Amino acid sequence: MQETSISTANLEQCLKCNLCTLVCPMLAVNEQYPGPKKAGPDGERYRIKDPEYYDYALKYCLNCKRCEVACPSGVKIGDMIQTARIKYGSQSKVRSLHGLRDWTLASTDFVGGIAATPIAPVANGVLKTGVAKAVLHGTLGVDKHRTFPAYSSRQFETWFRKEAQAAQSGFEKTVSFFHGCYANYNYPQLGKDFVKVVNAAGYGVKLLEKEKCCGIALMSNGFAAKAARQGRINLESIRKAEGPVLTVSSSCTHMMREEYPEVLGLPNEDVKDRIMLLTRWLYPKLQSGEIKLNFRKDFRLKVAYHTACHMQRMGWQQFTIEILRMIPGLELTVLEPNCCGIAGTFGFKKENYGYSQAIGETLFAEIRDAKAQADPSVPFAVVTECETCKWQIEMSTGIQVINPVSILAQALEDR
Amino acid sequence: MIIENTNKEYDVIIIGGGITGAATARDCALRGLKTLLVERGDLCDGASGRNHGLLHSGARYAVTDPEGARECISENKILRRIASSCIDPTGGLFITLPEDSLEYQAKFIQACLDCGIEAEAISPEEALRLEPAVNPALIGAVKVPDASVDPFRLVDANILDAVRHGADLIKFREVTGLIKEDGCVKGVKLGDSEIRSKQVVIAAGIWSARLAEMGGAQISMMPSKGSLLIFGHRLTRMVINRCRKPGNADILVPGDVVSVLGTTSDKVPFEDCEDMKATGDEVSVLLQEGIHLVPALSTTRIIRAYAGVRPLVVADSSASGRNVSRGIVLLDHEKRDGVKGLITITGGKLTTCRLMAEMATDLVCEKLGLKIPCTTALKQLPGSHKRKGGKDPVHKRAAVGRHGSEADMMDFSGKGAGEIICECEQVTRAEIEYAVKNLGVRTISDLRRHTRVGMGTCQGSFCISRVAKVLAEVLGTPEKAQELVDGYLQERWKGMTPVLWGDTLREAEYMHKVHRK
Repeated sequence: MQETSISTANLEQCLKCNLCTLVCPMLAVNEQYPGPKKAGPDGERYRIKDPEYYDYALKYCLNCKRCEVACPSGVKIGDMIQTARIKYGSQSKVRSLHGLRDWTLASTDFVGGIAATPIAPVANGVLKTGVAKAVLHGTLGVDKHRTFPAYSSRQFETWFRKEAQAAQSGFEKTVSFFHGCYANYNYPQLGKDFVKVVNAAGYGVKLLEKEKCCGIALMSNGFAAKAARQGRINLESIRKAEGPVLTVSSSCTHMMREEYPEVLGLPNEDVKDRIMLLTRWLYPKLQSGEIKLNFRKDFRLKVAYHTACHMQRMGWQQFTIEILRMIPGLELTVLEPNCCGIAGTFGFKKENYGYSQAIGETLFAEIRDAKAQADPSVPFAVVTECETCKWQIEMSTGIQVINPVSILAQALEDR
Repeated sequence: MIIENTNKEYDVIIIGGGITGAATARDCALRGLKTLLVERGDLCDGASGRNHGLLHSGARYAVTDPEGARECISENKILRRIASSCIDPTGGLFITLPEDSLEYQAKFIQACLDCGIEAEAISPEEALRLEPAVNPALIGAVKVPDASVDPFRLVDANILDAVRHGADLIKFREVTGLIKEDGCVKGVKLGDSEIRSKQVVIAAGIWSARLAEMGGAQISMMPSKGSLLIFGHRLTRMVINRCRKPGNADILVPGDVVSVLGTTSDKVPFEDCEDMKATGDEVSVLLQEGIHLVPALSTTRIIRAYAGVRPLVVADSSASGRNVSRGIVLLDHEKRDGVKGLITITGGKLTTCRLMAEMATDLVCEKLGLKIPCTTALKQLPGSHKRKGGKDPVHKRAAVGRHGSEADMMDFSGKGAGEIICECEQVTRAEIEYAVKNLGVRTISDLRRHTRVGMGTCQGSFCISRVAKVLAEVLGTPEKAQELVDGYLQERWKGMTPVLWGDTLREAEYMHKVHRK
């Protein structure tokens, strides 16, 4: 009689089996957090009755989506919690110091636009000093252990337009590139590596007509309306873009594919399938022989692959892993898929630092172990698609973390 | 207090721990009568716990029964005052669909206004703005002061008030006979023991006929079965009604965290009343009709189906002068059947429980030669007192939502007291301890009625062993935990089997796998 069951975020599909509770990294270290089942489908029934039941401890959700990966019933637990935070949690205000901090951490375009300019060396230098860290820790509540990722004095987009754009018209086929904030403001080399790999594959690169930060940090910090405004601009640009829209960051990708429609209410069915990580696009073409890459013979590197949470939610880690295995001279270990604990801007806040490090410890130990067992004559690095995992792992283990696109670029023959 | 047995002689013994008996016990106790209430099982186990939980504005009856409608609106206003913790003032919407008529809607509005019920016509667009889930095909809508009432909490609140005003309560003992001397009822027999009183009031719903017969009086009753469906969460904020002559499945009530759709109406034999189950056919009728009201019902998980019996009294020419209402039936068996000391109060509605109690208690006082005014409309029920401001801790909020100011009597200070035992309904150990202490809980089903334990999505699949352990500990019989689980699960199956498909079927499989031996 009832053929299908439809409810927001699949609320009613929950059987209360608690598999999500078992995998939640936050619940394991923080007893104030109710856990995904209670915060998600259990709490949702009460919040529908009366928003007064909203529990502020939902702020501890890392939005890692491990609950959704574990759920055998397809309940979108993480989306439900994010949506509840937006709907019922008080929206962040810039007025308080912590509000100002959250806004600063979330506004990657604004801050990047100022810092990733010729003043970058000064800004980077200042932010690294103990005095600046103490001030940020004491006033804004940015944890003193953290170092802001260095800003580049020349943005990727500037480089691309001046140095690379002209050559792209020489390719018959084209892909579009959503570079993301990190490649643009902090580490343009990643963008350059992307262009190198795509060109080597025989495709030209085009930037989007207009690219904004995907908005993930805005969404997590309570600035959902602004995140949605940026999302609309991105989706419009993507609709106009040529070919697939390829990315290098797993979190931006997951945000645009999954959270735009589920959390921010921005429909994207028409373009969703075109938004993907470079490795997801590249692997089938390499496997079928449609694309051939020429790798260096003298490349030697030992890597440990870390599956970022959002990568795991998309289920795409295997594409990257298989591509890494194709690189001659690269030795690969795949780490257990444990959360690093940073969760974007979450771990930058001093009140969360302890939780972040406690959550990441299992992963850090495994990485240290992998390095200890590796041949010391071969360079060792961790590979992951997520830039915030990179900062966290580098800070916590002292071991370099590289995006797989950069690894590919380094392993390719220079033309 | 809650007792097992007594030698005390009472002014009045009330038989039946549903809403009518509970409200009557409260009224009697507030008037200073020595009062005992006897219930064969748990409180609220009959029709009082098997209905919509709808606080009628009277609108539903305005066209067909203006007298009943006036009683409803008057009592609706009183209960909002004295029982605020049991009531969610959701408001109600009567929608007119293309197959209904706007002429009826106009007649309906006029009839409501004539009975003193606020009824405001709103446009279909406004109705859809207020309630996006209602059938978008609607052509008219009327706002009325319907509300959602928690029948379990309303019974509990009346009982608590009665007990706190000196009434005694005996649970889990069945009245097996009435003490009769010289044609006069002098009390009740509970198996071997006898308890004496000056008056006996039967408030036992459909079972009133059998009890009256024990006293030598005849009541001609007709059991009318009503089945209902519980959907997993609230689909609407307001009570949704069809604006037409009352029919099947035309009311959807947002009750606590769920939505309740009902009802059907079918005559059943008396022997069926002991074990009421909704049938597959009834579920079909409810769904077929319900989706006209709110289309999303066709794709929303049904947690369970249940059924109750309306205690309808066949028209009685010898009804007393007070009993002019078609709904409420007050029988003075001395006048009517020559049986002194015996009164029956039945019929009526959940909404008019206080009025029924007042009518019954007035007659009791008259028989006792007392003139004591009724104060039940003026005094707040336990749970509905004003609370101190400020936000409650998260683990206490669900308890406050259910019990209002009574939640402040729960002891959240002990170790583990705030621990959530039933997760779907967020019931803590403190709430379980409170229910055992104040409401005489023995089984998990009793606990369910008084706390919502196991009423949620999983129907107890996940938490019930934990609940059983805590309950068995609090009862002082830790070895009986498994026994509690087994009894409870059988009862849950009853409500799940008529709706065993989709997510509820998956839940049942999960429950089976967790609890099989």
